[in-house]
Amino acid sequence: MIHSLFLISNAGDLFLEKHWKSVISRSVCDYFFEAREKAVEPDNVPPVIRTPHHYLINIYREKIFFVSVIQTEVPPLFVIEFLHRVAETFQDYFGECSETTIKDNVVIVYELLEEMLDNGFPLATESNILKELIRPPTILRSMVNTITGSSNVGETLPTGQLSTIPWRRAGVKYTSNEAYFDVVEEIDAILDKSGTAVFAEIQGVIDACVKLSGMPDLTLSFMNPRLLDDVSFHPCVRYKRWESERVISFIPPDGNFQLMSYHISAQNLVAIPVYVKQNISFFETGSSGRLDITVGPKQTMGKTLECLVVTVHMPKVVLSANLSATQGTYNYDPVTKILVWDIGKLNPQKLPNLKGSLSLQSGAPKPEENPSLNIDLKIQQLAISGLKVNRLDVYGEKYKPFKGVKYVTKAGKFQVRT
Amino acid sequence: MIDSELKKLVYVYLVRYAEEQQDLALLSISTFQRALKDPNQLIRASALRVLSSIRVPIIVPIMMLAIKEAATDLSPYVRKTAAHAIQKLYSLDPDQKEHLIEVIEKLLKDKSTLVAGSVVMAFEEVCPDRIDLIHKNYRKLCNLLVDVEEWGQVVIIHMLTRYARTQFVSPWREDAVFDENSEKAFYDSEEERRVDQSKPYIMDPDHRLLLRNTKPLLQSRNTAVVMAVSQLYWHLAPKHELSIITKSLVRLLRSHREVQYIVLQNIATMSIQRKGMFEPFMKSFYVRSTDATHIKTLKLEILTNLANEASISTILREFQTYVKSQDKAFAAATIQAIGCCATNISEVTDTCLNGLVLLLSNRDETVVAESVVVIKKLLQTQPSQHSDIIKHMAKLFDNITVPMARASILWLMGEYCEHVPKIAPDVLRKMAKTFTDEEDIVKLQIVNLAAKLYLTNSKQTKLLTQYILNLGKYDQNYDIRDRTRFIRQLIVPNEKSGALSKYARRILMAPKPAPVLQSAFKDRDRFQLGTLSHTLNSQASGYLELSDWPAVAPDQSVRNVEVVEPVKEAGAPALSKSKPAKSNEKFYSDSEEEEEEEEEGSNSEDSSSSSEESVSESESKENSDDSNKSSSSQSEKSSSESDSEKKKKTLKNKKLQQQKPDSKDRKQKNGNAVKVESRSESESGSESSSSESSSESGSELDSDSDSGTDQKKNTKPKPVQSKPVIKVEKKEVSLLDLDDFSPAPVTTPKSSILSPNLLSDLQGLLISPTASALQASSPVFVPETSHELLHRMTGKGLSAQYRFTRQPCIYGNSMVSLQLTLSNSTDQALENIHISEKSSTGQNIHRFNAIERLEPQASVTVSMGVDFNDSTQAANFQLCTKEDEFSVSIQPAVGELLLPITMSEADFTKEQGKLVGMNESSATITMMPENVSSQSVNRKVVSVANLGVIPSGQENIYRFAGKTVSSGSLVLVSVALKDPDAVITINTEKTVMGSMLLRQVKTALTNSGP
Repeated sequence: MIHSLFLISNAGDLFLEKHWKSVISRSVCDYFFEAREKAVEPDNVPPVIRTPHHYLINIYREKIFFVSVIQTEVPPLFVIEFLHRVAETFQDYFGECSETTIKDNVVIVYELLEEMLDNGFPLATESNILKELIRPPTILRSMVNTITGSSNVGETLPTGQLSTIPWRRAGVKYTSNEAYFDVVEEIDAILDKSGTAVFAEIQGVIDACVKLSGMPDLTLSFMNPRLLDDVSFHPCVRYKRWESERVISFIPPDGNFQLMSYHISAQNLVAIPVYVKQNISFFETGSSGRLDITVGPKQTMGKTLECLVVTVHMPKVVLSANLSATQGTYNYDPVTKILVWDIGKLNPQKLPNLKGSLSLQSGAPKPEENPSLNIDLKIQQLAISGLKVNRLDVYGEKYKPFKGVKYVTKAGKFQVRT
Repeated sequence: MIDSELKKLVYVYLVRYAEEQQDLALLSISTFQRALKDPNQLIRASALRVLSSIRVPIIVPIMMLAIKEAATDLSPYVRKTAAHAIQKLYSLDPDQKEHLIEVIEKLLKDKSTLVAGSVVMAFEEVCPDRIDLIHKNYRKLCNLLVDVEEWGQVVIIHMLTRYARTQFVSPWREDAVFDENSEKAFYDSEEERRVDQSKPYIMDPDHRLLLRNTKPLLQSRNTAVVMAVSQLYWHLAPKHELSIITKSLVRLLRSHREVQYIVLQNIATMSIQRKGMFEPFMKSFYVRSTDATHIKTLKLEILTNLANEASISTILREFQTYVKSQDKAFAAATIQAIGCCATNISEVTDTCLNGLVLLLSNRDETVVAESVVVIKKLLQTQPSQHSDIIKHMAKLFDNITVPMARASILWLMGEYCEHVPKIAPDVLRKMAKTFTDEEDIVKLQIVNLAAKLYLTNSKQTKLLTQYILNLGKYDQNYDIRDRTRFIRQLIVPNEKSGALSKYARRILMAPKPAPVLQSAFKDRDRFQLGTLSHTLNSQASGYLELSDWPAVAPDQSVRNVEVVEPVKEAGAPALSKSKPAKSNEKFYSDSEEEEEEEEEGSNSEDSSSSSEESVSESESKENSDDSNKSSSSQSEKSSSESDSEKKKKTLKNKKLQQQKPDSKDRKQKNGNAVKVESRSESESGSESSSSESSSESGSELDSDSDSGTDQKKNTKPKPVQSKPVIKVEKKEVSLLDLDDFSPAPVTTPKSSILSPNLLSDLQGLLISPTASALQASSPVFVPETSHELLHRMTGKGLSAQYRFTRQPCIYGNSMVSLQLTLSNSTDQALENIHISEKSSTGQNIHRFNAIERLEPQASVTVSMGVDFNDSTQAANFQLCTKEDEFSVSIQPAVGELLLPITMSEADFTKEQGKLVGMNESSATITMMPENVSSQSVNRKVVSVANLGVIPSGQENIYRFAGKTVSSGSLVLVSVALKDPDAVITINTEKTVMGSMLLRQVKTALTNSGP
């Protein structure tokens, strides 16, 4: 299956390679570099590249290309999903997945890659198992290790791989037993010029942080499960129970994990929490333009909009922006042509406004299309779909855990066309 | 011991450089060979892993041997590693293929979910054409699928897709296929039509099984699994069931960019065939300005495919936004898409044309050029009505600089010069002036235009044409020179080419077929969806063709497996059959009721498989309700058994009878038990067996003597009693013994009184979270073996041995009771023997009272309790004398952490039904012939674990129940015999204990000897 893996930085540095079968020369990456050059933007690199003898399947994440070499037919999603899993594991272990952290922890990286694949076939990808095999580094431990000369490899042999519940470690113990659930909903929307929604839907995930001793069996139920249209679960969730009773019954992995993701059925009208009044125009003469954006609350269910950010991908000809904001700060990067206006908390009494002029490259024709605005926002303590967790029950263990549920609504891919 | 991290890194290094440094690598081989025999399964597995990764041809025989051995290993994890090693060896030495196939065949039979994915991977790599190996394992694989790890699921699903296409007939009935897209029916072959007409289609139950068992996986978080199931449905499911995959596929579009790319490609292929599937989700394919270009074009492709009369206006409005995009490549693609829509939907052709014409005045060249090219294609379909558009284009000609667009306009002029007779010569005139400055592609079209005008309107253009032909003659480009020469010969009549020029008009002005604007994904369906080949649109190496449906289904019986359901032939009520049926559903089935509902709800198509299940289901239900029936059959059975086995019958089997519901003689039994203690062993043994053989169904008498002997057995290993024993404790133990004994069979007699329904209701109430409501019973068997705690050499003369009494501990409910025998082998008395207060490691230990003085050569037995907290972690403590302290530890076997309980057979099945899925672990073993008798099975199981024997209504099924000491979780063990194999199933919430227990029971039953 997966023959080799190369990690290549955004700048084109090949900084790590790992082979699971015989060694393949890194010159195979030349084909990748060629495609990379052609694509200009890293996002536009085709995920699957054909070379005379191999196939290269790559993902781009955190400014790193994970390029895998394939020799025979394999479902491409299989490889892509796995590469993302590798990136997530790095993130999990080192806090962030970047060239620097990977280089700093190169030994652990190799150990992880060795455990995750055997002969190109995924072996241990569950974070719980991996953490038993190879301990994640902490500052304290790495100091102790340097002094005492001990290692990061787990002393005890892991049993998780052998059990029928591969996602949970045996013998978990906590002094205070806690289970937290974050219901995070994202609004994906496209609004047209007049502010009406061309397309809007709600996608949600439930992230869990479960720190419970022993082998607890949890049941999570909702007040209004009918809202959920399409769901996908962590492997620990018993699907039959969901089908018949609409409750989520599971033995949780230890620590942080994503319990489920869901989609709110299309029948429900999506409340759009924000409206934007904008006027962007470019003048035929004088190489200049004008920009005027006002943001205001719409359907917020009485909550405050926070972390409001407006991002505009300006046309290439815009050289600089001379604007003034009544609230928050703005920043225009003339290289990437991205204007970011960070508003922060929205005050409904005094609507924030960004106004001013844009200067264009002289002589260039005026851009014919106005750039669209991407909106980012956050509403605490609200699930915009109205989804509510009813209760959480713990079976199989005697203690009473501390339970908590948090709701957050965010803007997902929220775009306003102008 | 070397640092384990260092070791791992050495392995990484070794594997990486072994190929280059073969001699050096060989030096390490013996280490791994040794490790292959290690008692720890993880070490065996990793040794095999490293060994098989060393790519040195010399060690092929060693690897082969190691793989064969590991394939029969008791640990599924080692077997999984063996499956991985198969592929490695095969790539190192393909000559081993035949041997490897044998190993694969063996491993395919494996029932562990751990192994399934890996072995199917090996199968796909080594011998994908040996479809015959799958037959017998097909149903098992289908049933295991939900519990296999996600990567294995992908591989298995792809393999099963191929398998199903060779084994089942097409579910696509002619009338159901392609109502929307009738021009070419997908995979609709002649044979199929014939089959359809001759008889109504009935889906093979195995086919249905596959579809049903893969459906829940659409909810997987792993995108590859979802895609695999989607393609399976696409290739195998009846068309009307296909719509369930839509939602899941659309969900994947929320994932990473790369995932979107692959999924969109597959949706694009699907949407050509069946646009109805994705129409409701059209808005999910709307393009965002932040999407990557390849994502945008794919979405555009899909939107174009989905467009129909109803949705076209929305789509065109959306397209208008895209045309203005800053991404010019994307804008150009949008124009192409508009062209496609215009040809596909005739109602909007005019609208589209007008829209495109408007775009001609766009400032961006690429947009204009693309529009011209698309307009050209559109006009070809109906030129006569659009002469004004041609005129408009002629006017714009001067402003258009993109060569392709200029060439297109010139071609249009020439082709339709009769519709624009005045303008065309004028355009030619202008071109004659600029000919030398034009691009090659434009020059060629000028020559074409000139030739066509010469033929239709030679009066006005004769001179112009000749001028252009002369320019062309001396052009730098040889193509243009050739073309000019050819045209001149063709159109200008002279003596040499007389014959041809007569046809010049017919040659140049021949009606040309309009180009078909069609999707680039039109022919992608020749590849299996979700594959690399499909993504690349060309066959990747190792791609396995998906065969067409067979016209007539191959023999279905090849998939029948006799071994799986051992009880079928037994003739007894199929109680235990409910167990395999349930384990089919595994993880997701939580209770019987649920399953029943589902069965009832399922449609008639899957009749045979589901009926099989539902029959077993109802049987078990009936059985559990109707205790009379089971008890009668039980007594029948026991009589027949005693017939056949006669005097060979031994203790364990009788114990089984003892638990039968006829317990009115309970008190008597107890009395008897006390009495029998005094008897001599040989006496009681012979007596009981003779009484047994003489009275076949005299159960009362029988069970009396049984309990007698049994109790005898219990007490037999207590010769220690003759030695000084601390009196009070002993008394307490025996008291407990009696207490515990009496309520034991209480549950069963009740059942005959209560109405069946009420009973099952009550059972439902009883069972919930803990099993504490269940009755504990006395141990069936107490092993006499003692374990050494402290050797007299290390203990400076003090030696200690411990033994598990298997009685409920008097010191605490969650404690395991232990008997400690301390002996003094010195010649002085030892004083103040006790357990240190401070020592213990987490476990709660009840210490024995300090022994003041132990005389030389004397020994004393004391009892203590340890709360192991349901784990096999050793309890460490300090055994102290007046002078010394000795660290000792007690390592409990998992079987000692249990307490036996009794329950009725019906209860047992009911409970077992609740503890399926992850709570169930099972294994198949091959029994030694001397072990198959019922008493030896019973004896072996109870000697391993402190379990109660449940009276069984069937031969060949043995059930044992217990609860864990600390938490009181139920532990249910059943052994189903099927000569020469046996299936051991353990159901418990404590999965770790379950798997450990399974291992031990397995070892016990496979070993010969007592």
